[in-house]
Amino acid sequence: MSETHTIRQFEEELRLIKEKVLRLGGLVEEGIANSIKALVERDTQLAERTIENDHVVNGLEVEIDELCLKVLALRQPAASDLRLITTAIKIITDLERIGDMAVNVCERVLELNEEAPLKPYIDIPRMAEAAQRMLKESLDAFVNGDTDLATKVLVEDDFVDDLNRQIFRELLTFMMEDPNTISRAMKILFISKYLERIADHATNIAEMVVFMVKGKVIRHIKQQQE
Amino acid sequence: MPEQSIDDIRRMIARHKLLDHIFAIVGILSLMVGILTLLALFTELAIEGAPRIGWKLFTSFPSRHPEEAGILSAWVGTTLIMLVTAASAVPLGVASAVYLEEYARKNWLTAIIEINVTNLAGVPSIVYGLLALGLFVYKLDFGQSILSAGLTLALLILPIVIVSAREAIRAVPGSIREAAYALGATKWQTVRDHVLPYSLGGILTGTIMGLSRAIGETAPVITIGALTFIAFLPQSPFSADFPYVSFRWLMDSFTVMPIQMFNWTSRPEAAFQHNAAAAGVVLLVMTLIMNGIAIYIRYRFRKRIKW
Amino acid sequence: MVNEKIKAEVRNLNFYYGPVKALKDINLNIAEKKVTALIGPSGCGKTTYLRCFNRMHDLYPNNRYEGEIILHPDALNITGPDIDPIEVRMRISMVFQRPNPFPKSIYENVAYGPRVRGIRRRSELDERVEKSLRGAALWEEAKDRLHDLAFNLSGGQQQRLCIARALATDPEILLFDEPTSALDPIATAKIEELILELKKEVTILIVTHNMQQAARISDYTAFMYIGELIEFDKTEKVFTVPSHKLTEDYITGRFG
Repeated sequence: MSETHTIRQFEEELRLIKEKVLRLGGLVEEGIANSIKALVERDTQLAERTIENDHVVNGLEVEIDELCLKVLALRQPAASDLRLITTAIKIITDLERIGDMAVNVCERVLELNEEAPLKPYIDIPRMAEAAQRMLKESLDAFVNGDTDLATKVLVEDDFVDDLNRQIFRELLTFMMEDPNTISRAMKILFISKYLERIADHATNIAEMVVFMVKGKVIRHIKQQQE
Repeated sequence: MPEQSIDDIRRMIARHKLLDHIFAIVGILSLMVGILTLLALFTELAIEGAPRIGWKLFTSFPSRHPEEAGILSAWVGTTLIMLVTAASAVPLGVASAVYLEEYARKNWLTAIIEINVTNLAGVPSIVYGLLALGLFVYKLDFGQSILSAGLTLALLILPIVIVSAREAIRAVPGSIREAAYALGATKWQTVRDHVLPYSLGGILTGTIMGLSRAIGETAPVITIGALTFIAFLPQSPFSADFPYVSFRWLMDSFTVMPIQMFNWTSRPEAAFQHNAAAAGVVLLVMTLIMNGIAIYIRYRFRKRIKW
Repeated sequence: MVNEKIKAEVRNLNFYYGPVKALKDINLNIAEKKVTALIGPSGCGKTTYLRCFNRMHDLYPNNRYEGEIILHPDALNITGPDIDPIEVRMRISMVFQRPNPFPKSIYENVAYGPRVRGIRRRSELDERVEKSLRGAALWEEAKDRLHDLAFNLSGGQQQRLCIARALATDPEILLFDEPTSALDPIATAKIEELILELKKEVTILIVTHNMQQAARISDYTAFMYIGELIEFDKTEKVFTVPSHKLTEDYITGRFG
């Protein structure tokens, strides 16, 4: 027996789904990178372009959704194939949300660019970089069925959460010392929250990858343990 | 892109079709030869015998005067002997076929039995006559009677009955047997309720074909002593007293149609030839009717049972 | 299998066609009043295994059973050499791959099983025939033509007639050998629906080469490969998270 499906077209369809999911992930990753770049460099045009590009992300999500539906209807996949398809359907929702988060960051950037800069950004880019890394790793884990990589992502979420709390404490100090900074600080806080949400979505993706490979549900377990 | 042009293909098809037609014509001609010959013989027989066919033919005993000679004793004898033959050959033949098909294990012994049964069909009929003479007429002391003749002919057609019964039984699909067994039937129940009823058509057809062969067999019947001139009938099977059925007719002397015909053809008078021809027509018609019945039975059974 | 009543236990079942070992050490429990499906590629032994349950192999020479199939509640060993196959067939019925009604009337087809069991009274036979035909969802279509030839029914109806015939003997286990492989999709759906109804009364064992059918109607699925039992579990588990790679490969169409 071979490692590939007897029906080649089916094999091709599965490959296509993985490829498109990766492409969606790439688009979204780029969105995050660009939104942070626009923040640090105060680049209004980049922010506007990033916001516009979201429609490409949405379109690709719909495309993948339809492809998955088609495979479900026509191929009656079972076992690992079935888990792959259902996981793909859920992952693209998270990816699309991440895209939305990046758009939200850009919207705050546009607002911030109308005011004077508050402070140099150190932790925000570190958070963004961590979130991007988590996203990339979780998608690699998806394509390769790598549960070790997926588990690593779950651990990194703590790091992002710590950074978020740190940023909050720092900005809180700013706001208490000088009420004029509140408007700008709040917007930066939002950006930090968006990045933390992006990391959470990446964590979701990683958890679903573990289910896909092992058939065990590990979502929600952490909440039960806490 | 075809290697041959359209024209080439057309010419090739035309050639093949021509061969088709030629073969069809050859086939029809061959068939015609057989049929026309038979028709010619039958017509000649009919023409010669027609004036003598009538009620009188069927109800008169043979006599030295050709105009008064009839086939009464002959056709009665033939009929009674056929009854005995059928009554002996069918149960024996069917039972043997059922045993061979359903019960016997497929080993070398069964194979030998099967080969011998088929071979018996080819044994010259006079040999059966000799066997019957020794066994039935003398050893068992049945004498030169209807019983002996009936049994002799039964032996003769037994292989035919067994073979056609086996074919009919084999034609019953294994899936039907499995269905019966799966419901908890024993082997005998399966044979009695399914295998035999569904193969009845084939069995009957085979039996009738065997009988229509037996009806014309002269050699064995002569050997065991059929008379050629009898002016009496065997005793009636019905009697006035209880049990109202008598079997004494089995032991009576007899004659049969073929022998009566042979007797007449050996007489010098031309008139007797007409008698013989008339008897021939009757025998032929009897045979054709029997075959017709066989075909009809097979048709009716085929309609009921579509595998 | 927890919390299930067991109808039959298969212990170390081996089966030989002459010198050829066709089944190797099968151990399996059949749950009562549930549908157990047997799947696997051609030649894996699933039909051979099915036919052990009603001793059909005894009809042909040189077949040999080793091991046991214990039928509950009375712990009868189906494959025991001292057990009469006819006794087994009185308790376990079979429906075959191609509909094989007898060339008799519809009534006589269904009545044959009871007749073999010695039931002769017309009224009782009438009752059984009606009950079985109802059970096979054929009564409405057949009640006005009970004495018509069974061959005049359509393929799907004939198969339901065979099911009625098998039901007429009140079997404890009903064996199905690829019952819908010769039927069109609508007839197939009717019979699958029927099986789901029947399992309320009767334990069902079904061999199928159609995996989706096994997925649709069975509670438990057994996957066999070259005479061995590879995996046996609840159907939903086998089709979502099978334990063995071989099962996975077969179910996802990588071979077979």
